[in-house]
This record gives sequence, C-alpha cells and structure tokens, in this order.
Amino acid sequence: MAEKKSLGKEFTKGILAENPTLRLVLGTCPTLATTTSVTSALGMGVAASVVLVCSNIVISALRKVIPDKVRIPAYVVVIASFVTIVQMLVKAFAPELDEQLGVYLPLIVVNCIILGRAEAFASKNPVLASAVDGLGMGVGFTAALFLMGAVREILGAGSFAGISISFLSSNPMLIFILPPGGFFVFGVLMATVNRIAESRGKPRAELRGCEACPMAASCKLNKREAECENISEESKEAVS
Amino acid sequence: MAKKLTVSPSPHVRSSETTTGIMLDVIISLVPALIMSVVYFGLRALALSATTVGSAVLAEYISRKVMKRKGTLGDLSAVVTGLILALNLPSTLPLWMGAVGSVVAIVVVKQMFGGIGQNFVNPAMTARIILMVSFPTAMAKWVAPFAVKWSVVDAVTTATPMASLAAAKGGDLSLAEGLPTLTQMLIGYHGGSMGEVCSLALLAGALYLLLRRVISPAIPFSFIGTVAVCMLIAGKGNLQFALYQLLGGGLLLGAFFMATDYTTSPINLKGRIVFGIGCGLITSVIRLFGSLPEGVSFSIILMNILVPHIERLTTSKPFGFVKEKKEKEAAKV
Repeated sequence: MAEKKSLGKEFTKGILAENPTLRLVLGTCPTLATTTSVTSALGMGVAASVVLVCSNIVISALRKVIPDKVRIPAYVVVIASFVTIVQMLVKAFAPELDEQLGVYLPLIVVNCIILGRAEAFASKNPVLASAVDGLGMGVGFTAALFLMGAVREILGAGSFAGISISFLSSNPMLIFILPPGGFFVFGVLMATVNRIAESRGKPRAELRGCEACPMAASCKLNKREAECENISEESKEAVS
Repeated sequence: MAKKLTVSPSPHVRSSETTTGIMLDVIISLVPALIMSVVYFGLRALALSATTVGSAVLAEYISRKVMKRKGTLGDLSAVVTGLILALNLPSTLPLWMGAVGSVVAIVVVKQMFGGIGQNFVNPAMTARIILMVSFPTAMAKWVAPFAVKWSVVDAVTTATPMASLAAAKGGDLSLAEGLPTLTQMLIGYHGGSMGEVCSLALLAGALYLLLRRVISPAIPFSFIGTVAVCMLIAGKGNLQFALYQLLGGGLLLGAFFMATDYTTSPINLKGRIVFGIGCGLITSVIRLFGSLPEGVSFSIILMNILVPHIERLTTSKPFGFVKEKKEKEAAKV
C-alpha cells in the first residue's frame, strides 16, 4: 500500500476492480441475507457504508496512537460505536427498515469489509484517502446489494421496491427469494463482474491473502515471509 | 501393402456405441410412457412435452452459440432432458413454466458447468425441483385421467396416490382416502405427473434399456429394493402398502431413467449399489417422515452431489495392489 494513488482511483477501485462483495468476496452473509428486496438491500448498503466511512476516518486518524498489539479490539470498539449510532438512527427514523434488517443491522460490527478496510487501508493511510477509500468501497457494496436485491425482488416477488409488476407479481418464481436463489444470483453476478473487469484489463482479484486478512500481523505467514520462502523451498526439496 | 501398415495410437478397438445412439435408445424407451400420458391427460400433455423439448433444444443451441462452442444438438441429449422433464410435470402446468424449467435445466445446470458430461446433478431433476419450489401451487395441481380436455379450467383436480398414502402412516391402508386399486396403479389410472402414472409403460421402457444394456440394473434395483425393504418395515409387513409405495409417485421413473444418468452416477458396481441404497433410504425417509408426500427427486439430487465421495471410497483396487501401511511393515521385515 506504499504506492501513492490519486484520490479518484482510491474511490473508483471499490466500485469495480476491487468491489468488496463481487470481487473480493467479503461480507457475503449480509449480501445473501438482506437482498430479498430492493429496499432492505439499499438500507443495508447505506448503513454499512456510513459505518465504513466513519470508522475509516477515525481509525486512520488514530492509526499512530493505537498500539499494534491491541489494534483489532480497538478497531472493533470504534466500529461498534458507529454501528450503535446508525442502529439508533434507523430505529428512530426508519423503524420498518429496522424490522426488515433485523439482526443484520447490529451484525455490521463484524462485517468483514469494514474490519478488512480498517486493517488493510485505514491503518496505513492518511485520513482523506481513507475516507475516500471507505466511500468507494461503500458505493461498491451498496451497488452490488442493489443489483442483487433488484434481480431477486423482480423475479422472486414480482415487484420492484414494493411496486408490483403486472405479469410477474401473479407468477413469482419463489426460489429467487429463498436462499438457493440468492446464491445463484450471487454467483452469476460475480461471474459477470469478473468478466467485465477482466475485459478492461484488470486481472482477477486474487485473494491477496495476508493483506486483506485482519489477522495478518499476528499471523506467522505474513510476518516471516522470508522464512516462509525457506519453508517452501525445504518442502520442495523434501518432495524431490 | 502401405495400407496394411497404418500406424496409429491406441485405442485400436472401438465400440460402435455413440452418445447419439444411447440417447436415441432412451427416447425410444420413454415413448410408451409419453403415449400413455397423452391417452390419460389428452393433447395438453403432448403440447407440454413439445414445449419442454422444443425450449430445451433451443436453449442448448443458443447457449452453445453464445459461449462460442461447438454445437451439440446432434447428440440428442437436450431432447432427452426436455422429454424427461415433461414426464415429471403435472399436465396442467402452464406451458411457459415448462419452458422456464427447460431453460433452467439446459442453461443453468448443464451448459454453465460445461455441457454434456460435465453437469454434477441431473438437469431434468433439478429443473423439476426448482419449478416445485418456485411455483408450488401450479406444480401440485394434479388432475384425474380422462378428466382433462384442452382447457385446463374444467379439469377435475385429484389427490395423487402419494398424497393419500401419506395419511396411511404405519401401513394402515384404511386411513388412505381415495386410493386407487393396485391394478389401477399398474395401468396408471390415477392422478400424478404425466409420465409417472403408468407403471407398465415405464417398466416396458426400462426393460428395453436393460436389454439394450444402456443402463445397468445395479442402481435401479438397489434403489427400488431399498425402498421396498424400508416400506415393509414401516408398514409392519403389510405387502400391499409396500406395493403401493413402489408403484406410486416417481419411483420407477426416477430409478430407471434418472438415477442411471451416466454423468451423475458412480462408475463401478460397488459405487452404484451404494448410490442406489442411498437414494432409496432418502426417498423412504422423506415419504415416511417428511412434510412432502414424495421424495424421489430430492433423493436423486442429494445422492448426485455425493457421487464424487462415493467414487473415492469405492475405487476398485488394481490387481496386486498392497496398502501402503502393509508395504511399510513388509519393508521393516
């Protein structure tokens, strides 16, 4: 992450090239659970984005204060406080949405995307870049949820954001509302986005194991890369 | 002289069997069941079959074109998938729903995984389940034979024997209301999916496939045998109850025509028997304890998914093969 990118690039990478759900396959649980309708998908996306931007800003600002050893608990405390604020706001101003999202709203605390961005980006970059990164990732996440919610609601319930569509509403394909349909739409969307991104010359997003993983610093594999190489060479020798 | 000395890599002896030939045999074996379904449920059944077959062929053609791959219409596998799907549907199903089923079977289950020989579950069976989950009311609208004319509206709906049998838990047939006689079950004079009602037509088709050696008897016999044993136990030895269970629902159709699908069943004998017994057990459990009256389709899909594991556990040992552990011990000595 040492290389410097323009802010515009930090923003757009989250939408297609490094789309958190469709390219990095993070935050799959809320993606599948809250996309049975367009409204709940959008609600989830916006709520998570708000938390993501705010926590990215705070964590980036505190990045030199937080001791390395306890940074994960520190991040979780920051994220949890923002989730609580968002939850209270949603409960107060959109109680219906709160009912639709149910347990998935408080579960934003453990959303991999937010913790992942905190660890991979906000803890190493200045405040403004972190805010833009969070915003881009949030927009990407929301867009992915919106697409999934739209497909699933139109085919599975015959309506779009609650407005019913003439032929489909009398013959909904219920399977799209159910979990198997969710997995199916998710897979097809992932394939499509990978295809589009690859055709634009962006290589398939590798699971950049250590960098995206919140456990990276405490994990032996990342810390002693040189040692790892030695091990792999040793194993090669053993095989031969 | 030069012609006598052709040099070519192996194999030198080839079977004359082709995919097209096998698929043609399957189509021939399904014709009796199709004819009986038209007899019982009228031209509507023929129209639905034509729709599913037509849309399956079209879906295969278009998806191969879109993916820029060689066309595979010639192997007739799309026709077989469409036909089997039709035989698994109630005759009253709206035609467009049948077409949706065909598209799901061909595009999603078969072509997205690489086409013929690459699908990990049976396409027709999966399409039926997806239709069942998506359109539960339309997929459970069974009509009595001869009651349906072209228009669906005046059709007399009826319970399938499986729905009646679901009430006869513990083998007490007096609890099952509206159960047809066993002869009626055999000739197919009762409600049900288009192709599953006439057991005689299915058995004739199955016999043809067995004689032509298109299918091996291991899967269907272990499948049906397991269901028979389970039902005898559940019915406390009531033979009639067990017979009803064997002739009713999609058991014969599933066991002979779908569980035996080459792509989604194990290769060797041991694996096939395990596969058949597994199908039989799941079917029996769903029929006896589940909320659905019929479980053949689910059992086949579930066992399809387990096939790779069955294969791994039942690989035949090469001649003279010694287990590694023994080898080490032998080395020590």
